[in-house]
Amino acid sequence: MASLDDLKKRISSVKSTQKITKAMKMVAAAKLRRAQESAEKGRPYSDKMNNIILNLLNSISDIENAPKLLSGTGEDKVHLCVVMTSDRGLCGGFNTNIIKKAKQYFQKVLDKGKNLKIITVGTKGYDQLKRLYGDNIIERISFKDSKNVNYFDADRVGKIVIEKFEKKEFDVCTIFYNQFKNVITQIPQEQQIIPLNTSEKDENSSEDNYEFEPEEDEILSNLLPKNISTQIFKAMLENSASEQGSRMSAMDNATRNAGEMVDKLTIEYNRSRQAAITKELIEIISGAESL
Amino acid sequence: MSEEYSVEIVNPEKSFLSKDDVTEVVVPAFEGEIGILKDHISIISFLKPGIIKIFSKSGEESFYVNDGIIEFKNNNLSILTSLILNLKDIDKEKISKIQKSAEEELSKSEINDQEKYLLDQKLEVLNSIN
Repeated sequence: MASLDDLKKRISSVKSTQKITKAMKMVAAAKLRRAQESAEKGRPYSDKMNNIILNLLNSISDIENAPKLLSGTGEDKVHLCVVMTSDRGLCGGFNTNIIKKAKQYFQKVLDKGKNLKIITVGTKGYDQLKRLYGDNIIERISFKDSKNVNYFDADRVGKIVIEKFEKKEFDVCTIFYNQFKNVITQIPQEQQIIPLNTSEKDENSSEDNYEFEPEEDEILSNLLPKNISTQIFKAMLENSASEQGSRMSAMDNATRNAGEMVDKLTIEYNRSRQAAITKELIEIISGAESL
Repeated sequence: MSEEYSVEIVNPEKSFLSKDDVTEVVVPAFEGEIGILKDHISIISFLKPGIIKIFSKSGEESFYVNDGIIEFKNNNLSILTSLILNLKDIDKEKISKIQKSAEEELSKSEINDQEKYLLDQKLEVLNSIN
């Protein structure tokens, strides 16, 4: 059995760990509220963008001559995956969930004998993927320096993706991120952004005839790159809300576990203290008896 | 009959401005400025760098935009833009920062005509407000 002193030390060290996790939980909760707010505020932009694109698609006459970003290259050989993770750890299963989802997709792509290219956003994703897929990673991006998620970071990622597309380096682009549902539930998502998924075309679209200035195609070819940045931005917002939510619940669990551990250790400490006292008493009594 | 309609400006971060009592909006569309009054035909267009002017009952407001896309439908005008600044509380520093990055961009050799045109426009507008 550990000595009293050792137990005391352990109790105090667990207690200080508990203090840290508690503080982290509180910080995450505050950040979560902000992240959630900005995720909600960011929604109108992407919704409207989507709407306009749908309206445009309705009025485009020949879909075959549409920009490549919309219709794709006509091939399906090289897949580009943008895996979005966090830059910091200690957030429960947040990163692991995205990676798991992404790995399933990678396996599917590779099984079909297609080429796989990966861009990682956030350092944690790179750390987890470099061992297995190190050769496939063509770019890694991290926004450690920027405090909040902002559109220009997303635009940077978008521009990299578009540049690569124009150089014909890939045919299909998919992004991976965590969708924020609530504090305890985050759903890893895969979303294809190139070519644009137009299956949800019939929702919300109106029969209105629009006047376009300049021509439809020109607007569309200008709008599509923006849409990609917007989708990435939306994913980043969802991701940051999810990260904070996930960290919050992970830290909450850690705090609770530390509390349980302190309780257990305290009982053990008290027991051994009592045992020591009893032992001493017995020694005194049997010493007195032998006289 | 009232002559007012509603306008909403959104940027990626948030809904920037929303007004119900607008009488006219002038936007710097790609092929020239468009003034939009009530009951304008439905239109989609995209913007070049320039000044958006909003006339309403409560007065006149001007904003600088970097780019954007507008949609007008059923007397609702939506303006989507990645960067928008109110001319009232714009500061010189910010302007010269944008100006500088535009100049840098312009000095690169591998830009196409359209980009060049947009950047020229941007500098012109920035110079006029500076």
